[in-house]
Amino acid sequence: MEREQPPLGSARVTSPIAASVTRPRYSGPTPPAGSSSTRSAWRRWRDRFFFVLFFASVVIGILALAALVIDVMTDGLGSLDFSFINSYPSRHAEESGIRAALFGTIWITVGTAAFAIPIGVGTAIFLEEFAPDHWAVRLVQLNIANLAGVPSIIYGILGLALFVQAFALDRSVLAGSLTMTLLVLPIVIIVSQEAIKAVPGEFRDAAFALGANRWQVVKTVVLPQAIPGIMSGIILALSRAVGEAAPMLMISSLVFLTFIPSSPGDRFTVLPVQIFNWVSLPQPGFQAVASAGIIILLAVLLSLNSIAIWIRNRYQTRY
Amino acid sequence: MTGFRASVESRRHARRWVRAEQKVVLVVLVLATLVSVLATVGIIYTLLKESYGFFQVVPVWDFITGTKWAPLFEPQAFGVLPLIAGTLLAAGLAGIVALTLGLGAAIYLSEYAPDRVRRIIKPVLEVLAGIPTVVYGFFALSFVTPLLQSFLPIPVIFNVLSAGIVMGLMIMPMVSTLSEDAMVAVPRELRDAAYALGATRFEVATKVVVPAALPGIVAAFILALSRAIGETLIVTIAAGATPNLTLNPLESIQTMTAYIVQVSLGETPQGTLVFKTIFAVGLLLFLMTLIMNIVGRWVVRRYTERY
Amino acid sequence: MSTRNVTLALGIALIVGIVALGMNEPDTSLLATDSSLSGTIEIDGSSTVFPITQAVAEEFRKVHPGVQVPVGVSGTGGGFKRFVVGETHISNASRSIKPIEIAAAEENGVEFIEIAVGFDGLSVIANPANDFLECLTTDELRAIWEPGSEVDRWSDVRDGLPDSKFRLYGPDTDSGTFDYFTESIVHLEDASRSDYSASSDDNVLIRGVSGDKDALGYFGYAFYSSSPDKLKLIAVDSGSGCIYPSPATINDGTYSPLSRPMFIYVNTAALEREEVVVFLNFYLDNATTLVEEVGYVSLPEAMYDDGRALVSSSFGSLN
Repeated sequence: MEREQPPLGSARVTSPIAASVTRPRYSGPTPPAGSSSTRSAWRRWRDRFFFVLFFASVVIGILALAALVIDVMTDGLGSLDFSFINSYPSRHAEESGIRAALFGTIWITVGTAAFAIPIGVGTAIFLEEFAPDHWAVRLVQLNIANLAGVPSIIYGILGLALFVQAFALDRSVLAGSLTMTLLVLPIVIIVSQEAIKAVPGEFRDAAFALGANRWQVVKTVVLPQAIPGIMSGIILALSRAVGEAAPMLMISSLVFLTFIPSSPGDRFTVLPVQIFNWVSLPQPGFQAVASAGIIILLAVLLSLNSIAIWIRNRYQTRY
Repeated sequence: MTGFRASVESRRHARRWVRAEQKVVLVVLVLATLVSVLATVGIIYTLLKESYGFFQVVPVWDFITGTKWAPLFEPQAFGVLPLIAGTLLAAGLAGIVALTLGLGAAIYLSEYAPDRVRRIIKPVLEVLAGIPTVVYGFFALSFVTPLLQSFLPIPVIFNVLSAGIVMGLMIMPMVSTLSEDAMVAVPRELRDAAYALGATRFEVATKVVVPAALPGIVAAFILALSRAIGETLIVTIAAGATPNLTLNPLESIQTMTAYIVQVSLGETPQGTLVFKTIFAVGLLLFLMTLIMNIVGRWVVRRYTERY
Repeated sequence: MSTRNVTLALGIALIVGIVALGMNEPDTSLLATDSSLSGTIEIDGSSTVFPITQAVAEEFRKVHPGVQVPVGVSGTGGGFKRFVVGETHISNASRSIKPIEIAAAEENGVEFIEIAVGFDGLSVIANPANDFLECLTTDELRAIWEPGSEVDRWSDVRDGLPDSKFRLYGPDTDSGTFDYFTESIVHLEDASRSDYSASSDDNVLIRGVSGDKDALGYFGYAFYSSSPDKLKLIAVDSGSGCIYPSPATINDGTYSPLSRPMFIYVNTAALEREEVVVFLNFYLDNATTLVEEVGYVSLPEAMYDDGRALVSSSFGSLN
C-alpha cells in the first residue's frame, strides 16, 4: 500500500485524523532491496524463512480443523438420515437416534434463555446506565469478569450442590437450565454492556434535553438501538450453552432415555452428553452414530451463529 | 378542571407515574445485578463449606503433598498431587502447542498478511475456538491417538499427549487473537522507524512488535493456560482415569476435572467423605484458575506501555 | 441471494424442521401399542445389568409409549444408595444387597423384593496380542489384585512368563462387579489394589484393554461377547482345571468362583402402580430372549416363574 507523501513545500497539511481514516489497517512496506552484502542477504533469507514458518502455523491450524471436519463427516454422514433424528437411543447402533438429546437441548436452551436474558440484560442496563461510580460497582464489574473465566465444571458442581440437592430439584430440566443460566450469565452481561455502550451519547443527551428521566431514556432510546447487538450476543451465549457438556454431564448424568421432556421437572439429556455417551461405547457402530450426532450438533451451532451474525449485520447502524 | 390547569395537572400526574416506574425498575435491575454477586458467593460458599468438612478429616498438608490419590478404594489415600500433575501435564502440552501455533499465527496475521487474507483467515481460526469440547475429545480418540500410535511407541489408548495436542488446538485461537490484538495496538511509528532503518519484517516483528506487545502476549498465554486447566471433556474422553504422578506424556493420567466427573457420575451420596472430595478438588481448581486469570489481567494492566 | 441470507434461511429451516419433527412421535413398532399406561419408572444401578434393563426398557417403550423409563448407570453401590432412600423404583444389581444397605432401607421405610434375572460369568480379559497367557489360577489372580500388591510384571505372576510389565483395568468401587470380584478372589470385601485404570463404564474398559497389548482386566461376560474380536478371554482355574466362561459353564456353575446371578430389586411401594407391575411382567416374560441377546445367560424358566409369583403376591390393591 503506497503512502501518499505531500509534495515538498506544499502548504497543505493533511490532518492526522483524516489520514488514519483513509488509510486501511497498517501493512508495512516491503523491505528495501538493499545492498548485496551477505549479511543483508542472510537477513532477507531469514525473513522469508520465518514468513513460511509463521504462515505454517496458520496452515496447521486450518489443516487440523479440516481433518476434524472430514473425520467426522466420513464417519457420520452414512448414519445421518431422518430416522436418526427421529429415533431414541438404543442398544443397537443402527437404531439409535438423537431425538431425546435434541429435544433435551431445546428445552435446556429455552429454559436458560428464559432466565439468563432478563437477569443478564437487566444487570447490563443497571451497570451501564444507572450505576454510580462507586467502588462496590467496580467490584461487581470485576466479579463478572472473573465469573466469565471460571471453568464450566465448577458451575456443574454448584448446580449439583445447589439446584439438584439443596433446592431438591432433582436431575430435572429446571436444575439444568438454572445451572446453564449461571454459566452464560457473565457472557450475556458483557455483550449486552458492549451493545449499550455502542449507542452514542448524543441520542441520550437529546432525550434528556426533552425532559425524560433516566429510565425513559433507556426504555425509549437506548434499548431499541441496542437490541440487535444484545440479541446477537445472547444467541452467541446460547450457542455456547448448547455445546457445553461438563455441567450437563454432572446434572443429568449418563441416563438411558427413551422419551423427551414434557415438563421442566422431567429428566433429560443434551446433545453433547449423548455424544459423549456414544463415544465411550466400543462397538464400532457407535462411532458412526457419535459422528452423526456431532454433525447435528455442529449444524445447530452453525445455524445459531449465522442467525446471530445476520442480525448483527442487518440491523447494525453505523453512526 | 379544564383547559390549561387540567393539562398541567395531567402532566404532573404523568410525571409522578414516570418517577414511580423508574423506582420500580431500579429495584428490579439492582436485584438482577445481585444475581451475579450471589453466583460468586454461592460458588465460594459451596466449595468452602464442603471442603471444610473434608479438611476436618484429611489434613490440608496431607491433601496437598500426598502422592497417592485413591479415595474410592480401601485403604483410602487423599494426596492430590497425581491429579495436579495430570492437570499440569495436559495443560502444559496444550500450552506448548497453543503458544507455538498461536503466536506464529498472530505474527503472520499482524505483520505479514495482506488485508484480504487476514479477513478470511481470522474467522476460520475463530471456528476452532467455537467447536464443542466433546467433538475435540472424539477427534482425539478416533483420529489423533491412532495417528500418534503409528509413529510413536505409545502403549495405551488413553494418553496425555493426544489430549494435550487437541487441547492446544482448541486454545490456539485464544492465544492468536489476544496476541494479535496486543500487536496491532503497537503504534505504527515504532514499526515505521524500524523499517526506515532497513529492518526486515521478521526483525520488526521480533525486535520491535513482540517486545512491545509482550505483556499482552504473556497475558494471552496465561489466560489460555487457565482455560486448558479447567477443560473437562477432552481429558475425560482421551487422557484416561488413572491418577498417576508422572511427567511422561505417553501414559494415562487423570486430571482434576476428569476426577470430578468420574465421582459425580457414580452417584456418591451427600455427606460422605468421597462426595466431599469433589468440593476439595473443585476448590483447588477454582483457586488455580482464579489466580491465573487475575495474574493475567494484572500483567496487562501493569506492564502495558501507553504510547 | 447473498450468502448471508442463504445461511439465515438454512438456519431457520433447520430449526423449523426440528420443531416439526418434535410433533411427530416415531412409530417404530409393529406390535399393537397401548397408550393408556403412563407414568415414570426410575431405574438405576449396576452397569453389568444395565444392558438387560436397557433392552427391556427399549422394547417396553414400543408397546407402552406413555410410560417413561429412565435407566441410570451409577453402579450397583450407587444405585442402592438411591434405592434405599426411595429415589428409585427399581435397582439393577450384579451382587446381592448388603446387610448395611438392608438396614438403611429399613431406616427409610423402604421395603423391597429381590428378583433374579440372569447369570453372568465375570470374565478375565487380556489383549488379543497377548499370546503367552491362557489361564490364571485364583491364587495368581489374588496375588495380582490384592491391596498393596506390587506385582506388575508377568514374570512375577508365574515363572516362564515374559519379563514385561502389564497394566490393569477394572471397575471402580461403586461397581457390583468390583464387589463380587474382590469377595471371590481376594476373599475380602472391597479389598483391591488401587493403582489400575478404574472406570464405572465397562465400555471404557473394553476400549482400554483392546488398545493396550499389555492389558489385563475384568468385567461382565456380556461386555466380552459384544466385542470378542477385540478381546482375549482368559480361563480361570479354581482348583479343577482351567475353565473358560461360556453360556454352558456359567449355567451349570463349572465356571467358578466367578459365576454369579444378577438381580433387580423392586420397591414394593412402587408395585401399587399398574405400570410398574406391567413393566415387571414384561421384563420377566422377555428375559430369556433379551438376556441371551445381550450376551448373558438366562435362568431356567422356573426361576422366572418365581419372580412373577413374587411380583403378583407383593402388590396390594391392583391385581
